[in-house]
Amino acid sequence: MLIGELGGAELRRRLRGEGLGLRLFPFTVRLYSRFRALASAMVQMYADFPLADGAFADFSITIRARRWWKPQAVFELDGQRPFWPLPADQAYPMFEWGLNWCIANHVQDYLILHAAVLERDGGALILPGPSGAGKSTLTAGLALSGWRLLSDELTLLRLEDGKVQGLARPVSLKNESIEVVRRFAPQAVLSPASHNTAKGTVRLMVPPTPAVARLVELATPRWLVVPQFEPGEKTRLQRLGRTYAFMNAAQSAFNYAELGITGFELLADTVARCEPYSLTIGSLDQALIVLDELTATSATEANAS
Amino acid sequence: MRHRPQPLLIRVLMQPSRMVRLSEGDWDLLVQQARASGLLGRLDWLARQLGPNAPLPAAPRAHLRWAARKAECCHRETRYEITCLRQALRRAGVPLVLLKGAAYVHAGLNPVHGRFFEDVDIMVPRNRLAAVESALMLAGWAPTHLDAYDQRYYREWMHELPPMEHHQRGTTVDVHHNILPLSGRLRPSAALLLRAVVPWPKAGTEDVYTLSPPDMVLHSASHLFHDGELAYGLRDLSDLDLLLRQLSADPAFWDTLVKRADQLMLGRPLFYAITCLVSLLDTPVPSALRRRVEVFAPPPLQRSLMLALLQRGLRPQHPSCNGVDIRVARFALYVRSHWLKMPPLRLIRHLLRKAVAREVATPAPR
Repeated sequence: MLIGELGGAELRRRLRGEGLGLRLFPFTVRLYSRFRALASAMVQMYADFPLADGAFADFSITIRARRWWKPQAVFELDGQRPFWPLPADQAYPMFEWGLNWCIANHVQDYLILHAAVLERDGGALILPGPSGAGKSTLTAGLALSGWRLLSDELTLLRLEDGKVQGLARPVSLKNESIEVVRRFAPQAVLSPASHNTAKGTVRLMVPPTPAVARLVELATPRWLVVPQFEPGEKTRLQRLGRTYAFMNAAQSAFNYAELGITGFELLADTVARCEPYSLTIGSLDQALIVLDELTATSATEANAS
Repeated sequence: MRHRPQPLLIRVLMQPSRMVRLSEGDWDLLVQQARASGLLGRLDWLARQLGPNAPLPAAPRAHLRWAARKAECCHRETRYEITCLRQALRRAGVPLVLLKGAAYVHAGLNPVHGRFFEDVDIMVPRNRLAAVESALMLAGWAPTHLDAYDQRYYREWMHELPPMEHHQRGTTVDVHHNILPLSGRLRPSAALLLRAVVPWPKAGTEDVYTLSPPDMVLHSASHLFHDGELAYGLRDLSDLDLLLRQLSADPAFWDTLVKRADQLMLGRPLFYAITCLVSLLDTPVPSALRRRVEVFAPPPLQRSLMLALLQRGLRPQHPSCNGVDIRVARFALYVRSHWLKMPPLRLIRHLLRKAVAREVATPAPR
């Protein structure tokens, strides 16, 4: 059964009671909360995801309400509070950020890069970069133009074969990128805005249904593009040295040190398999055209060889 | 006293083979309790002792493995820190004596298994502190806690320098000159401790030392039952359990331990340690020894009160193990640890400062 089929009342009841089991392949999450706004965000954002019915969850998360005056939301994992509380209207984004933290900070079956990732024809386009570089905007644009969304924040490279496991969770849009995406695709569904977060105004975009339905399909890393938004600049691709690309990706990895030699070899293989580029993004439309050309040519090359 | 079953995590630590009989719901609770208590990686080690074919469900098993992997990474880093510290201290002509986690890592003792350590602790003679501090600064460690109160707190009242942080690696070293605070109620002799240090030739370095095995146990016990804050009490108790099971393979060990506790005036923490280990984790302590540590027990009223508090304070830090009495016990033990650490007036001032300072810590999620 899908979250969207559960009905708002039943979903709220579970959130307040035994917990809402979410099958966010490859993980399971159990969520507890009394925030109505969080409940409606879950219905809206996770409608296409199945419910988890087992008794075991990878992460048991509570978004707890705190204080009557200036109410706040507190993130709890196993009763521990790794973060400061946030204003109550950030309860839903707090769940998303907290869950990212849970995955990046605990899971070791994947090399986890701080990178967005999308798939086309079985090949993965990896977009590493810190917050603010424009990876979410680009991710939203690509996901709305034929690419399959794997993740806008965490790239999971499977240790045994280096393939990318997607998450297809909502895409986090910040400040100007909200308008950019709305102009680009007025049909995109966004969560209500949370203002004055650590990243400014935040709205999340509902992941496309096919991306959620195809979560079990892995992708093979093929392109590594480091994006940088420079409004007004000419959009251009530049070849990156592999060593530089490797160091850049290693620095963006959450568990590079934990994985030791395994992580080093996996990342070296991944970079060797990809053509690394940097992408200066003047406008989203231009960037999509440039990436379309890049991925179309390398697909032809791959077929020819 | 009202009967309450022991938390699942404690029952599993007491008898790890229980893991093969757990339901999916039990695993859900066990992983939560263990993660909150810093014991997930420890469970991985205990699970591995059950053999490669033990029927353990894959999803929860992965969480144990992940935590163990993080711990191994921490041990690699600790070994590298030990190499760097050894070079730095050689310049000061002071031998490197490792304490706590770094000592377990160096000596390859069982409490390392699945255990994550925050920083490296070392011990040097008090009259060499200045030389050591400048040698460490030359090697890249910089002092932290620079405000005047913190400096005074550490340098005059505590048994260690303010933590020193490496400017490139971000790693922290705590330089001790004793194992308990100078202003505290118990004052073991640092000279006795340093005279008994042992090298571990098998670790490949002749000139790196740890406290002697009984002293390691006493240090761990004092930390947990005297000046510690019990935040990860169950984890530290499990460390002691593994340490005692391993070290008591030497038939002379128990006798040396009790004599040494007497000599260092650390009998009281040893009494609490042995009593809690036997009752909570079923540590195999010979009954003759249990009788011998009775001489270190406090008067009956204090004894019952303390044991009641410890039974509660050592439960996993998880909502499933909470209750008003647990919270009261934790608070009482917290106050006690500070009470034993410094005189009353200084304590009040210190707690007030900490309460104000707490408002400016913890990060926001990204």
